[in-house]
Amino acid sequence: MRLLIKNGRVVDPSSGTDKRLDVLIEKGKITQIKPKISASGAKLIDASGLIVAPGFIDMHVHLREPGQENKETIATGALAAARGGFTSIACMPNTYPVNDNRGVTEYILSEARKNAAVNVFPIASITKGEKGEELTDMADLIDAGAIAFSDDGMPVQSSQVMRRALEYSKILNTVIIDHCEDKYLSADGVMHEGYYSYLFGLRGIPSSSEETMVSRDIILANRADAAIHIAHLSVKGAVELVKEAKRKKVKVTAEVTPHHLFLTDSLIESYDTQLKVNPPLRSKEDTLALKQAVKNGTIDVFATDHAPHTVDEKDVEFDRAPFGINGLETAVPLLLDKLVNKNIISLSRFIEMISTNPALILKLENKGRISVGADADLTILNLEKEIVVDVNSFKSKSRNNPFQGWELRGGPEMTIVGGKIVYSSSSSKNA
Amino acid sequence: MAFTHKHLLGIQNLTVSEITTVLDTAESFYEISTREVKKVPTLIGKTIINLFFEPSTRTRSSFELAAKRLSADIVNFNLNASSAAKGETFKDTILNLEAMNPDAIIIRHSCSGASHYASTFSQSNIINAGDGSHEHPTQALLDAFTMRQEKKDFQNLKVVIVGDILHSRVARSNIFLLRKMGARITLVGPPSLLPEEFKKFGVEIDFNLDHAVKGADVIMMLRIQMERQTKNFFPSVREYRNLYSLSAQRFGRAKKNAIIMHPGPINRGVELTADMADCAKSVILKQVENGIAVRMAVLYLLLGGKDREAID
Repeated sequence: MRLLIKNGRVVDPSSGTDKRLDVLIEKGKITQIKPKISASGAKLIDASGLIVAPGFIDMHVHLREPGQENKETIATGALAAARGGFTSIACMPNTYPVNDNRGVTEYILSEARKNAAVNVFPIASITKGEKGEELTDMADLIDAGAIAFSDDGMPVQSSQVMRRALEYSKILNTVIIDHCEDKYLSADGVMHEGYYSYLFGLRGIPSSSEETMVSRDIILANRADAAIHIAHLSVKGAVELVKEAKRKKVKVTAEVTPHHLFLTDSLIESYDTQLKVNPPLRSKEDTLALKQAVKNGTIDVFATDHAPHTVDEKDVEFDRAPFGINGLETAVPLLLDKLVNKNIISLSRFIEMISTNPALILKLENKGRISVGADADLTILNLEKEIVVDVNSFKSKSRNNPFQGWELRGGPEMTIVGGKIVYSSSSSKNA
Repeated sequence: MAFTHKHLLGIQNLTVSEITTVLDTAESFYEISTREVKKVPTLIGKTIINLFFEPSTRTRSSFELAAKRLSADIVNFNLNASSAAKGETFKDTILNLEAMNPDAIIIRHSCSGASHYASTFSQSNIINAGDGSHEHPTQALLDAFTMRQEKKDFQNLKVVIVGDILHSRVARSNIFLLRKMGARITLVGPPSLLPEEFKKFGVEIDFNLDHAVKGADVIMMLRIQMERQTKNFFPSVREYRNLYSLSAQRFGRAKKNAIIMHPGPINRGVELTADMADCAKSVILKQVENGIAVRMAVLYLLLGGKDREAID
């Protein structure tokens, strides 16, 4: 099938493109990019007034399958991604069973081929069972289709194990992704430690729990000359560590989530469990440092840490609720409204962080760019679209999102994966 | 009547005049407990549920007696052994009890925010009898009642609160209340149990009890949970006692007419030496006695007048 996207403003940071161009798609690939293309028989998409961007890539998603299909499945997670403007998602290994062996990786890929609207890239665990003790068969997992390694949620506490994983990862040309949390310091904490945790009487997770692990990982990655990607940076001190490491040319990259940019710990006054997430919502000062780091290049990637949980699981006392925010369907509108439309970052910088950079970090060579021969994964944006967040309209199986009712400007208009339209906003109005 | 809340969730959202109303009302109820027949018909026909998810004898009995002396019917649920153990959620427990049409539910729970959470879906008047490390409003009100009895006025009263501030709901409710009423507060404890950020509550902090107690009008000792020691909040009970126990010698540095308070239950020889607990300056048992009057006042103000309009 041929698809011709006409009159859109094509923004591709990888080539520095930002102008009105037509894009022709044939057999799942981009075959022409020119000011005026005519292709008889091709399906026409009029992108006048819209932005045509390389497909967005969310490198931090929990799809819950296998094992917790009551929260999400590969199919529903992928639909949520498509609706949210993402053409590719990388899913974390904390499933049941853990994605620590070829069987689970192959299962995820096979389910994704059958049922997923978007590309799904499994991230395998660093250690067997995410227990932090024995390394997984990393080469075998890569061969099976794993794209990166992480013990997200159950981060490797032993510095020796992390050192070995980083060293070994070098022969595989892959990346280790770390959820940086010293579990001894965070202990049984449920929110950011500080004035508000003391005010609300909730146990705190100190900034130091993230800072110490970011610091450790940077030191180990530097020694091993290996690549480390820091998941969901949340505190100012950790931002400073990453900035300094980058200055010293350590192979470190970092991501940030919309909720850590736009929400703070003071909101937990309501004891609303939708605000319970790990790392926790931090202080105002931290959010300012994160925004600054997005602007100055210290942070490379926007990721959602999409963590679906059922309504019942969240409808409990704050202490007893699971950590996690369902983010795939609100991330793009939030980032467009709060950062791009408010001129905090340029549209090009936004696309770089949500498409170009994740593709580079995950080494997805045919993705993250609009160029002849690249995969026809495209996200078409409407910067003027008015959106009211309504969790009941989610394609995700779960509803745990704290942005309910927010009025936002800007969002995905159409999502195209491998030349196929997997989402078009004409069929639904709200986000 | 200057008290229009539907629930009593904490001190933080009460005004000075509302606090004063509770204390004045308690004043009028105080005498009932001294009568031969300790009962008035004020809340006849009202049903109250005492829902305790944590062990408690003092607070639970105090609410129970307060309710009975106002002629309300009160039922106790101790849920360590009941539904909670069977896996029922907190919300389902409340909804099930509510199906029995109570007027008020008094909740003690180990999770901060539990009463607040209950108030978001419950139709009953919710009374917080202690939620995690957050608030224990009736304790602060009875402490205030006791202080007012002893000291007449809160203005510039120097109150020293000593111990496990970090985990103490009693400390928080007292801080909120005493700050509103104009008292000066000094918190005392080791840094592991007294983070610097507490200064933002408008209090002084001091790690040295000998120093802090100087010129104090009221010294409130908090119960120390023995299990904190296993998490290294302090090295040992011996060490804690050496640094933070109230002895006669330390008490001697306070004002001559200073009083000693403790929310109980006390660890004799840990928070304070036995002679201090039993001395004439100790008002610990008066606190317990006053608890009933204060809880009668709270029940009356929330459940009493049929014509009153609840605003929240």
